[in-house]
Amino acid sequence: MTQKSIRLVLGLCVGIFALAVTGAAQAAVSAETAYVFNTFSFLVHGFLVMWMAAGFAMLESGLVRTKNTASICLKNIALYSIAGIMYYLIGYNLMYVDVSGWIGSFNLLYNPSADELALIGAREATPEMVKKVVDAKGYSVMSDWFFQMVFVATAASIVSGTLAERIKVWPFLIFVVVLSAIIYPIQGSWVWGAGWLNAMGFSDFAGSTLVHSTGGWAALAGAIVLGARKGKYGPDGQVNPMPGANLPLATLGTFILWFGWFGFNGGSQLALGSALDATAMSIVYVNTNLAAAGGVVAAMAMTQFMYKKIDLTMALNGAIAGLVSITAGPDLTNHFFALVVGGVGGVLVVLAVPLLDKFKIDDVVGAISAHLVAGIWGTLCVGIFGSGSIVTQLIGIVAIGVFVFVASLVIWFGLKATIGVRADEEAEELGLDRAELGMEAYPEFGSGSQTL
Amino acid sequence: MKLVTAIIKPFKLDSIREALTETGVEGLTVTEVKGYGRQKGQTEIYRGAEYTVSFLPKIKLEIVVADEGCEAVVEAVQQAATTGKIGDGKIFIQSVERAVRIRTGETDADAI
Repeated sequence: MTQKSIRLVLGLCVGIFALAVTGAAQAAVSAETAYVFNTFSFLVHGFLVMWMAAGFAMLESGLVRTKNTASICLKNIALYSIAGIMYYLIGYNLMYVDVSGWIGSFNLLYNPSADELALIGAREATPEMVKKVVDAKGYSVMSDWFFQMVFVATAASIVSGTLAERIKVWPFLIFVVVLSAIIYPIQGSWVWGAGWLNAMGFSDFAGSTLVHSTGGWAALAGAIVLGARKGKYGPDGQVNPMPGANLPLATLGTFILWFGWFGFNGGSQLALGSALDATAMSIVYVNTNLAAAGGVVAAMAMTQFMYKKIDLTMALNGAIAGLVSITAGPDLTNHFFALVVGGVGGVLVVLAVPLLDKFKIDDVVGAISAHLVAGIWGTLCVGIFGSGSIVTQLIGIVAIGVFVFVASLVIWFGLKATIGVRADEEAEELGLDRAELGMEAYPEFGSGSQTL
Repeated sequence: MKLVTAIIKPFKLDSIREALTETGVEGLTVTEVKGYGRQKGQTEIYRGAEYTVSFLPKIKLEIVVADEGCEAVVEAVQQAATTGKIGDGKIFIQSVERAVRIRTGETDADAI
């Protein structure tokens, strides 16, 4: 062979060898690629959860009366904004930074990572800067803040539905400030902040207790302090319905919540940088859908059986209850259990709604039934169907329940004693839209001012 | 002139209107109303709580017609509005003192 051809053959051999070696190494995703996917997951799933705020707004708008609709819309957009700001100012640090076991740090203002800011701000991003950022956590800290922020906003929005039609706007928003800045972050630190409950083995994948029961307990405390709407309960245990103004809106809101829940549960996998995570996330999506579906069908069957008619609003509550129920453990490997978990949630919500009425607790949209009751059930399911222990789950349920309920009661009573929480009788009669906002939701319909 | 007021079931409006056109009536006024008579209300249920809806939706027709044409109008309305079931409605006849056409100022027989 000539020198040229020998070199050719040698070069070919080296090339094939190099290919073989690097080919094997490329089987695993690079750290930077994993960083990209993890961050992507937080951001996209995060904005899906943000969209749930629209879902709550529409669901509540559909289930209150016309004269209180603009008010509930305002409360929804306001609480979402305030919760996000408070979480930025105080909440995130309290929940995640230097958690001692019971509480995080009281530093003002969540700080983005200095390395990340340096990377974005640099004139030329060096591989060392990239590596520093990628290796720090495996995802952008800012994307994690974003994802966690939308969860506290969800917890806050649960409260607005229960207390609708008779609560004053500003006292409600002050409560939201305290809930999102202090109450939610402290109980959240016990679990997701790697605090004492987490150390004990308590497991809440996406927040059946941490988000939904928390919101439910806060709502229950508020409902007790606030009292029922005037005319809701009669003297002989009579319950006077006040039908919602717009059931299509309520339905749309529920569908939006269902859609956003894929972000809520799916994103709580907290990673997408590997085939393992992608697969695990897929189970979560499927189970989430099955649970919601089970909740709807169960609720429909229950109302047909109990009232001889199918109640649309209960079917909607059934979907929510199913979703809330699966939220603690959507990583079940047996899909059938997800159906059962959601179905039982749907049954529970239909039983809980009239039960609350019996105790004269006026919950306008069924939020306590769908979020608190189903949240407790869902958290227990981790012990029943999942790999957790029922006893540990129960400890967490009770500990967080007591903390949130008592703290909320204190704030509500404090507000009642100082600035008052309830709109006066005349305002409640006229409608909060006119009394507090000076406007109407539907001026051209019904008895709106723009109809003759 | 007579004012013929008819309370009817809403879905009957179109067939009554057709029948009236055949009698020569050229105008009428329609209002959405609620009411009850022997047809009692319905029981509805919302989130487990029952309530009775006593007032049912009806339509009120008002037609002003010359004295001579009154019987024909009343008969046309009754025949078109009846279903034979409770809740078909009622017809009331009153006297009208004067009538004025706003556009031209014509009065009484020229106004209707």
